[in-house]
Amino acid sequence: MADENRIFKVEIITPDRVFYEGEATMIEFNTVNGEIGVYKNHIPLTTVLAPGIVTITKDDEQKKAAVHAGFAEILGEKVTLLAEVAEWPDEIDINRAEAAKERAQERLAAKNANLDVARAELALRRALVRIDIKN
Amino acid sequence: MASMRDIKRRKGSIQSTQQITKAMKLVSTVKLQKAKGHAEEVNPYFNHMYHAVTSMLARSGTVNHPYLKAGSSTKKGIVVITSNRGLAGGYNSNITKLITDGEIPKEDIVLYTIGNKGKEALERRGYEVKLDASEVIEAPTYADASDICKKVLQDFAAGEIGEIYLAYTHFKNTVVHEPKLMKLLPVEFDDVDTEASDDNVLMNYEPNEEEALNMIIPKYITSLFYGALVEAVASENGARMQAMDSATSNAEEMIDDLTLKFNRARQGSITQELTEIIAGAEALS
Repeated sequence: MADENRIFKVEIITPDRVFYEGEATMIEFNTVNGEIGVYKNHIPLTTVLAPGIVTITKDDEQKKAAVHAGFAEILGEKVTLLAEVAEWPDEIDINRAEAAKERAQERLAAKNANLDVARAELALRRALVRIDIKN
Repeated sequence: MASMRDIKRRKGSIQSTQQITKAMKLVSTVKLQKAKGHAEEVNPYFNHMYHAVTSMLARSGTVNHPYLKAGSSTKKGIVVITSNRGLAGGYNSNITKLITDGEIPKEDIVLYTIGNKGKEALERRGYEVKLDASEVIEAPTYADASDICKKVLQDFAAGEIGEIYLAYTHFKNTVVHEPKLMKLLPVEFDDVDTEASDDNVLMNYEPNEEEALNMIIPKYITSLFYGALVEAVASENGARMQAMDSATSNAEEMIDDLTLKFNRARQGSITQELTEIIAGAEALS
């Protein structure tokens, strides 16, 4: 197949396990500067991840996973994601995510003086990503 | 020679101690298997992290970043990882010794302890313990490591400590565990292996080099903490397994010895009784 030349290696590694190891023709994920999509022979790039959905495309197959925090090292032939947390959709507890979303929203709405806004927002974003990928 | 009753009592008490050490050995063997498996799972993350950070630093050696140079304070923060429970042979005292016999003067040391045993031993010797997170060692998670890391880095950023070290037991294999004192911050260039700097791909950084370092170095430190915690748990159980194994075989030896003594004493008393009876019968006839 002509696709042969477009395949590169992808590794997603978390502290507790090698989350994913395989090949892809394209990978999309969310960084602190916005979403990016990577094909083979991308320029070498190290970037910081933001909570979001990682989509690994190989030919017509697509795999999705939720990834929160970490960084990515992109080399021409290989993309390594060092994530602190990574989950497949079927590992996510939707009820917990919904609860976490409500909790975070409440905290943000309450506007308490000693509220850690950044933390609450991050929690909200994580919950939203989890709910998003589940649907 | 001790009486038969004394020997018997002694033997019984050693036997029950042996049962305990045997049970402890079995428990720590199972725990060791688990901890070993865990340590192996953590390894790929740690290796990648190490490689990524060292190659980053090798390429961007000129970056003037607070994490890359010592702080103004002469104080040195040491994170000490020991266990909460004893009976693990030299496991805890080896780590304590690493600090008391080390080159860093006592006055300059600020401790962050994980594990009761190390905390107690070092406190007794008059070291300053700033933070204790002993409960973590029971079942270390990445989140725990991240919490500790945040606190230590805060102190570093605030200038309270100028350097950060980590003292833990490296798990080489089931029988060999090495106590290690490792310098975490400032990141040292001597450690950077030349292999990493060989691949001179021109790496780009987003948002930019400094911010990327800002985000990645704390993660690097956290991963080191986490790796050390997991290895320490494996080493603790390995050390306890060995200690209990030798305790069990020592007890076995003592029991054998006492059994021999007991049998001798028994035979002695029988012989004595017989002699008395014969002597009595002879006196009568």
